[in-house]
Amino acid sequence: MTALAPTPASRRRVRRGRAVPWLMLGPAIVLFAVFMAAPIAYTLVLSFQRSVVTGLGLGSGSRSTVFAGLDNYVAALGDPDFLASAGRVGLYGLVLVPTMLGLALLFALLLDSRRTRLRAFSRITIFLPYAVPAVISSLLWGFLYLPAVSPFYDVADALGIRLPEVLSGDIVILAVANIALWGGVGFNMIIMYTSLRSIPSDIYEAATLDGASETQIALRIKIPIILPSLIMTAIFSMIATLQVFAEPTTLKPLSNSISSVFTPLMKVYRDAFTRNDVYSASATSIVIAVVTFLLSFVFLRVVQRRAFGGEG
Amino acid sequence: MRTPFRVGVGATIAATALVLAGCSGGPGDSGPVELTYWGWAPNIEKVVDVWNAEHPDIQVTFVKTDAGDPAVTKLLTAIKAGNGAPDIMQAEYQKIPTLVASDAVLDLADTIDSGLEGKFSDGVWSAVTLGSDAVYAIPQDSGPMMFYYREDIFDQLGLQVPTTWDEYAEVARALHAADPSKYLGTFSSADAGQFAGLTQQAGASWWSIDGNSWGVDIDSAAAQKVAGFWGGLVEEGVIDNQPQYTPEWNAALADGSQVGWVSAVWAPGVLSGNAPETAGKWRMAPLPQWDSSAPATGNWGGSATAVTSQSTHKAEAVEFMTWLNTDPEAVGQLVSVSGLYPADVVDSAEALSKPFDFFSNQPDFYETAAEIAGTVSPFTYGPNVNVAYSAFNDEFGKAAEAKSKQAFIDALAAMQKITLDDLVTTGFATK
Repeated sequence: MTALAPTPASRRRVRRGRAVPWLMLGPAIVLFAVFMAAPIAYTLVLSFQRSVVTGLGLGSGSRSTVFAGLDNYVAALGDPDFLASAGRVGLYGLVLVPTMLGLALLFALLLDSRRTRLRAFSRITIFLPYAVPAVISSLLWGFLYLPAVSPFYDVADALGIRLPEVLSGDIVILAVANIALWGGVGFNMIIMYTSLRSIPSDIYEAATLDGASETQIALRIKIPIILPSLIMTAIFSMIATLQVFAEPTTLKPLSNSISSVFTPLMKVYRDAFTRNDVYSASATSIVIAVVTFLLSFVFLRVVQRRAFGGEG
Repeated sequence: MRTPFRVGVGATIAATALVLAGCSGGPGDSGPVELTYWGWAPNIEKVVDVWNAEHPDIQVTFVKTDAGDPAVTKLLTAIKAGNGAPDIMQAEYQKIPTLVASDAVLDLADTIDSGLEGKFSDGVWSAVTLGSDAVYAIPQDSGPMMFYYREDIFDQLGLQVPTTWDEYAEVARALHAADPSKYLGTFSSADAGQFAGLTQQAGASWWSIDGNSWGVDIDSAAAQKVAGFWGGLVEEGVIDNQPQYTPEWNAALADGSQVGWVSAVWAPGVLSGNAPETAGKWRMAPLPQWDSSAPATGNWGGSATAVTSQSTHKAEAVEFMTWLNTDPEAVGQLVSVSGLYPADVVDSAEALSKPFDFFSNQPDFYETAAEIAGTVSPFTYGPNVNVAYSAFNDEFGKAAEAKSKQAFIDALAAMQKITLDDLVTTGFATK
């Protein structure tokens, strides 16, 4: 297009033609710049600073902001609390992501099976917990976890079973994962189910004619075809795992076992809003963002060839 | 092209209106002075309404905020942003050094009435002056600590009200032995203020100002004694280890599993809200003592009112705050409407003559409370109370989970280190 020598008239048209995309992109660019790029840049700036106090720090002007170089990053990466929280979230992800995606896939395949009854009702029921905000669901589950107010414990007592106190000790990580599982299965199930429904049914007919059972169709045809959806849900779930915050923060007042640095984001919150140290909180945020990006990127590279190999 | 033009005109009008609205109440305006007031004391807006009705020239708008830490966070964010802070702010005593160190509140020493100091106890006054010539806030209410117990259950099991901590431990053992579902109390890792008050009673002061440097003395012998005492009871299993203010704890207060509560003068409000069916069954007594010959108590809670550094109406704000916290009518309202225990000991006598409904079985509630309030030990808060308190939550959470006396002692040492390290890292002069 640009190779053609333009006449004066067409040059004008080209100029207007060039302006149109910018006009249309304008709002998006402005919003992105104001609400994404600028805060990220400001976070970067803050992460290289720190607040310094002189003397008792009581008079006005005794607090100043100085350039800190990489100090905040060194402190963040060397902080045993941060490393422990990262390890905890890693364990949490190892438990949660496979279980959640496995259940979501199972439900999606069951719903897609030709023999399923009450399909619409089941679909809504499985999806509904996703519509409950994480804080609300954490409160609901929090009540269910506390022996004195939980019907589970009443029933177990009546049956003579002693349930463990799930908000005590290391088991609390399962209590948190369970809430995310409850809320997340439905969302992932819907994504997988939608791509299952887009598979043309003549493939199944051909498979049935060749003598394939429902299980074989599921394993050999459906799962390979929806692999891109599985990968996408896996990446979403990994990112959500690294950012887990609402559930443990809501459960924290109910438990001795959830500290203020239980997850990396909780540590960021504590540093910024309990310790009033936005500088080290910014550095930790940047570290978390970079790690999230790298993990997603590496995961995509590893699975890309297998999943999208045919599509180039 | 017409639509965007009209939208543009509309936007201009809207923006102009906003700017004009922003101007009203500014200096030079002939209308009444308008003050905003952030706080969370229950129903205090009704007391503010009384002021507004009587003072058309100074109108106060009350904005209810979350209590404690979130309110401080919100204020410090507004201070950092350069605008958005209110004129007047409710500030818990332990937060005042933090607010002063962040340059968030004004020194009121040149504006307040000279007779004001005489209305408050020395302990409360030193909390708003930080021991200096400055006055950073006007005290509103205080929270001397007391012991609450279920009189009916004590009578039923033939238990004596403990007057020393040794007796408290004995009663805790006897009660739990008589009924394993019952506890005399719980050690809550969620309530740093309660633990600070208990160590205050034992003679600890977590911070100190020595000339031009801060001292951190959290891991003192007195505090170790308190931590070891509670750790020992938790290790024995005669005291519960679950946090307070949970649905579980509320249920335990209501059904009689929690038979006692080491709390403060404001406890009737919490008890009547969380366990209304136990009305008339509770009784208040002084805290058990370490040394019966020298009765002492600590403080848990209580607030003052401060003027923020973004206010342009310091004089009017001080006028309102002085009325709110020391006028006999307002103080009476603080008691009857908000359920506070006023810091002003001079003007509150009449308001405190009637007992709280929930404690109708104890007509001398406020007389006893006044005696106890006179025994509050001195205590200095430092500029990083937030750090120390969140360290308490984390370290004592672990200790309560471990159910070991040694873990409680270790948690105190960890708090000391975290708090001191934070001061040093930030650049405060420390000794």
